[in-house]
Amino acid sequence: MDILLAIAIMALGAVVLGAALGFASIKFKVEGDPLIEKIEAILPQTQCGQCGYPGCKPYAEAIANGEEINKCPPGGTEGVQRLADLLGREVKPLDAEEKPKQVAIIDENTCIGCTLCIQACPVDAIIGAAKQMHVIIGQQCTGCELCLPPCPVECIHMEVIAENIDSWKWKYPVVEIKAAPIKEAA
Amino acid sequence: MLMNLFKFKGGVKPPTNKTQSLGLPIAMAPMPSRLVVPLHQSIGGTPRPVVEAGDKVLKGQLIGEADGWISAAVHAPTSGTVVEVAMHVQPHPSGLDAMCVVIEPDGKDEWIVREPVDYKSLTPEQVRERLQQAGVVGLGGAVFPTHGKLTASKTVPMEEMVVNGAECEPFITCDDLLMRERAEEVVRGIGIFRDLLQPKKVLIGIEDNKPEAAAAMRAAVEAVGEDFEVIQVPTLYPAGGAKQLIRVLTGKEVPASKRSTDLGVQCFNVATAYTAWRAIAHGEPVVSRLVTITGNVHEPRNYEVLIGTPMDELLKLATPHPDTDGIVMGGPMMGFLVPQPDVPVVKATNCLIAHSDRLFPPKAPEMPCIRCGSCAQACPHELQPFEMYWFSRAKNFGKTQEYHIFDCIECGCCSFVCPSRIPLVQYFRFAKSEIWAREREKNAADQAKERFEFKQYREEREKAEKAEKLAKAAAAQAAKKAAEAAAAAAAGEVPAPAAEASSPAPVAAPSAADAEKAAKLATIQAAMERAKAQREAAQPKNTEHLTPEQQRAAEEIESRRATAGLVPPETPVNEKSE
Repeated sequence: MDILLAIAIMALGAVVLGAALGFASIKFKVEGDPLIEKIEAILPQTQCGQCGYPGCKPYAEAIANGEEINKCPPGGTEGVQRLADLLGREVKPLDAEEKPKQVAIIDENTCIGCTLCIQACPVDAIIGAAKQMHVIIGQQCTGCELCLPPCPVECIHMEVIAENIDSWKWKYPVVEIKAAPIKEAA
Repeated sequence: MLMNLFKFKGGVKPPTNKTQSLGLPIAMAPMPSRLVVPLHQSIGGTPRPVVEAGDKVLKGQLIGEADGWISAAVHAPTSGTVVEVAMHVQPHPSGLDAMCVVIEPDGKDEWIVREPVDYKSLTPEQVRERLQQAGVVGLGGAVFPTHGKLTASKTVPMEEMVVNGAECEPFITCDDLLMRERAEEVVRGIGIFRDLLQPKKVLIGIEDNKPEAAAAMRAAVEAVGEDFEVIQVPTLYPAGGAKQLIRVLTGKEVPASKRSTDLGVQCFNVATAYTAWRAIAHGEPVVSRLVTITGNVHEPRNYEVLIGTPMDELLKLATPHPDTDGIVMGGPMMGFLVPQPDVPVVKATNCLIAHSDRLFPPKAPEMPCIRCGSCAQACPHELQPFEMYWFSRAKNFGKTQEYHIFDCIECGCCSFVCPSRIPLVQYFRFAKSEIWAREREKNAADQAKERFEFKQYREEREKAEKAEKLAKAAAAQAAKKAAEAAAAAAAGEVPAPAAEASSPAPVAAPSAADAEKAAKLATIQAAMERAKAQREAAQPKNTEHLTPEQQRAAEEIESRRATAGLVPPETPVNEKSE
């Protein structure tokens, strides 16, 4: 008799807990992978595809699935560092050379108004219409260079964004000590 | 007048070095050879230039129009000719340049038509508008447009208005002399602010090392017939910080990331009140300011200087000693070495100190932090500079924000007391500018992401819409063809016997299917014909009877097109339009 009671109590407990867990899994369901979102927040959102993926989100998904973290040149060494911190992986040198931040500029005299760059721009930062001159909205250009290859007359070039008083940063006050080159005794 | 004063925590007592420049009255600086007036001299939007090279301007004429509400206009400091509107190096630690209007004075110093008004006849909005148009900004150093501070809060009643004549930074004496010599105009300017904000009390705080200024202000307050209280506060750096002076005079402590207006207190500098009075009652915009010239010079003195005067010309007036090797703008605690000696005086320039190693011996090298806590005791904002230092040094910017790095006013007390001579403020400035840069990058990334996602969504939608349209068109076409075929069949079957007409359904069904097939074929045929016609139309015309020259030109163009990698004209160009 006792044993039956014990079994009944355990069974009841299992049913109650199971129901609670089932309810929680529906009620508190996590949409999407939170890790992917965290990775994506670190990526610079230039949508340039230099990593080999069609945008920052696909690359974030790939990183979550084990892809290397050093394939994002616009993110730079610092981006690699932050990804490594987030994922607990080794910091690796960047898989490409790091470039300063750039903006694309259309040479207005050469532009023929073909709209090909407008279709290529991932962030809709180019204004224009067929057979009308096109122009790039500087503030919205991410410097991804995706508009360069489609241009049939090569009228788009990249310009490095110069530092101005508002964007100027105080320098790091720590002077790094480097070993002086040893002079050979004459 | 006995009043209970409060204390702020921390503070330091550096040697004041003020007597050197107090010996002589204010003098007008002579007209410089040229004036370089930066357009961006206040917090907020950069004014737009309204003059061009070659324009003749009069003293006080508008040359830069305020851009937005938090922005103040810029005026020509004297009459003359605009030489250029171009980029020039700024008195800024970066040494970068910004847009300036360069004016060559004609020597006449001829004013525009000045319109003095009685501000009591104006509405508060009109007074604020006039102050903005006259380029009145906070001359204590922060250069915040003054009109932006003159709107009383709707929720918090205005209790006290604090007028800052503390001038706590060593070497600087321009506010001291202004109060001694022009006290009445300062008091009248305070009167304008009082009438706009309607505070219950007006407190004028002056450090007790300036008894003459305090006496002059008291006399002026009495002469004008106001009820402002002139209060001498203990000399302790940085008693002239807005939050510190408010604490000393009212006992109110402005909490982190809140403004003094949230507690019903507003703070103005005495020089700001003076310029506001000149702007309203004399119609004179801010074209000059008092500047203390001191340091390593023979004759330290205060000068009234036109905005845009090159600093090296100004320094010559006080005859600097030969070992002078630089100019510090501001005081020794918060000032900085200007990047080159000919940068212009701006509205924020209250003091120029001729720098030499004799006066400011170079600091011994930085030593490791020994965690003595002196900096925390000296910090007037009750921050923990040593903690912020470690995290700034480690570039752990999140942690620096947890320690409220943005409440740091960069007064330099911590660096002043540090026994290891660590330039703490440099670390905090570095951390702050890094955090701002990151914030900008984050915003740009968020915007790019949003735009990218919208573009993807738009492309999907367009694709779906196109597919739907095509499907609809095809269905309509088929239905039409079917109807036609059915009609044709019906027409052919008209003479048929009625017996057959009673059962048209089985016959109609196969005929409808056939008709559909036929219709499809017909549409394909029609499309092919259309394409052919189009192709023919696209063929180059007028190719017969060409002169050899035209032929050559055409060939040349063709070859250029070929080298440019363009598709040959035979294939239709509009492939991309799906």
